[in-house]
Amino acid sequence: MIKARLGMFHENVRMSVTNILSNKMRTFLTILGIIIGVAAVIAMITTVSGVTGEITSQFAAMGTGKFSVSANGTELRPGLTSADLETLRQMDNVTGISVSMQSDVVARHGGNWSDEVTMEGRNTVYFKHNENMIARGRGISVLDEAQYARVCLISEGLQEQLFYGHDPLGETLSLDGHTFTIIGILSTENDNDVMTQAMGNNDNEKCIVPYTTAMRMSGTAYIKSIEIYVADTEKQSDTIELTKETLKRIFNGRDDDTFTVINMSVLMDSLNTITGMMTTMLAGIAGISLLVGGIGIMNMMLVSVTERTMEIGLRKALGAEPNMIQMQFLIEAFILSVLGGTIGAVLGVSISIMLCNAMDITFVLSWNAIVLGVGFSALVGLVFGWAPARKASKLNPIDALRAA
Amino acid sequence: MSMATYFSMRDIVKTYHVGEEDQVVLKHVNLDIQEGEFLSILGPSGSGKSTMMNIIGCLDTPTSGEYILKDRSIGQLDQHELAQIRCHEIGFIFQQFQLLPRLDAMENVELPLIYAGISHSERQKLARKMLIRVGLGDRMHHYPNQLSGGQQQRVAIARALATNPTLLLADEPTGALDQATGKQVMELFHELNDEGRTVIMITHDLSIASHAKRIVNILDGVLSEGVSEYD
Repeated sequence: MIKARLGMFHENVRMSVTNILSNKMRTFLTILGIIIGVAAVIAMITTVSGVTGEITSQFAAMGTGKFSVSANGTELRPGLTSADLETLRQMDNVTGISVSMQSDVVARHGGNWSDEVTMEGRNTVYFKHNENMIARGRGISVLDEAQYARVCLISEGLQEQLFYGHDPLGETLSLDGHTFTIIGILSTENDNDVMTQAMGNNDNEKCIVPYTTAMRMSGTAYIKSIEIYVADTEKQSDTIELTKETLKRIFNGRDDDTFTVINMSVLMDSLNTITGMMTTMLAGIAGISLLVGGIGIMNMMLVSVTERTMEIGLRKALGAEPNMIQMQFLIEAFILSVLGGTIGAVLGVSISIMLCNAMDITFVLSWNAIVLGVGFSALVGLVFGWAPARKASKLNPIDALRAA
Repeated sequence: MSMATYFSMRDIVKTYHVGEEDQVVLKHVNLDIQEGEFLSILGPSGSGKSTMMNIIGCLDTPTSGEYILKDRSIGQLDQHELAQIRCHEIGFIFQQFQLLPRLDAMENVELPLIYAGISHSERQKLARKMLIRVGLGDRMHHYPNQLSGGQQQRVAIARALATNPTLLLADEPTGALDQATGKQVMELFHELNDEGRTVIMITHDLSIASHAKRIVNILDGVLSEGVSEYD
């Protein structure tokens, strides 16, 4: 009995394939909807996951081994002092603290004036961890910090504005009236990283000076923004907890709005949530096109049932039972949609590879997307093939044969 | 030859609903057929002869009355059992041959054997045997459109014979054939009847009907023995 059923199944598959192949153009048009739907699902999901992977790896590159602290402090203590930095520096697992200050200045060289540019106060640790920021020259040294040296690094944009292409290294320029010696040129490469872009300060016209110099210029003793580098990333969360306790102590037990610790991995989590939602939404839209494709298959199968009324009647006269007829049409719808799904998967992956190449990101084959796309199209075939198959199985053999 | 009853029809009425009205197609038909008979059901179009064929062939069930085929009351059987009877006991032959155009002669003949659950190799053996039996041993892999009308009808007969049925049920088997070819088909029917198969032929053509050993006449749903004077 089982062998007979298997034989029947085999015959059904064979008959379906014969029928599908006998009208290639119509088969193609029928499954076009499914092809487009699956291709869209797979192209979207793999491309989005490629982009996500790219962003994640950039985040990981920035976010591993460090975290940021933003300290607004209290009214009496609006930020961190050098002594506080030293306290934080002494914490277990901390290798260094990079400082960040920002203000707007106007730069001048000879008779050339710049627009308002960003002046960043940085320290040695910052350049130790961002070596690729320096295109030429050198970064800020410990000595520069200690001596409140009037030295700076300028961006290529600022160089173009003030020096018209001639080498500015060793030259001087004036920042808000203070004379600085140029010790390095900043690379533009680094402006491409996501965090810089996300924070909106990818302006090409900026300069970096020792943070101590910047503090003196703006007349402040407080630092509001730092990044803490850790030795062991595994223990980063412990270090974060320790940092929070230390900061709470510094700010007299207040931890309400006096400081914020920004952990990159938390940012990454929310980024993943966002891209996950985006993927789901895109897949949902593509799913609608799959649904439309399914209706196309149903329409085609209904036409097929009508066209093959005589065949169905004959098969019944020859001893086919209704469920065998139903199975035959269901298998045909299934094969059609899986065929469409497979072609769509190949197309979708090709589109995704092209898109990833165009966007210069690494293509990652997403098996999940393929299984989802092809699986869903198979399901669509079964669901939308069911009604026509049922209709075929219910056909009265006499009416069916008489219609011929 | 034993003369056991093959089937008997008792007071068969068949009514179709056409719009609001009921149309009575068969009016209290009684018919007994012995095993090995060669019967013609003669009637003009619209007389109810196609309905007769459908009921005899277990493709349709009567509205009232009893149809007993080999001691089974057909009205009591379910879809599965009816399909089994059509598959194993009845061979159908149609006016338009009803061959599937995408299948070659062999595959067409194999069709009922698929539903009988016979293995592929066995099917091929049987199909080959049947095609040789009807004289188409050299046309096994021709498609229907590559065959003449007479050859197509012989493929259809081979298909009807494939499951070795005891009853051959033919609906206007020569209707689409020229006279000479029709005659060959009739000779084949005689041979099959001589082998012991019951043959029932439905036709509007008296000259074809006369090939049978017994003729019943149907007119307006009323069955009568012998040839009436309708034409």
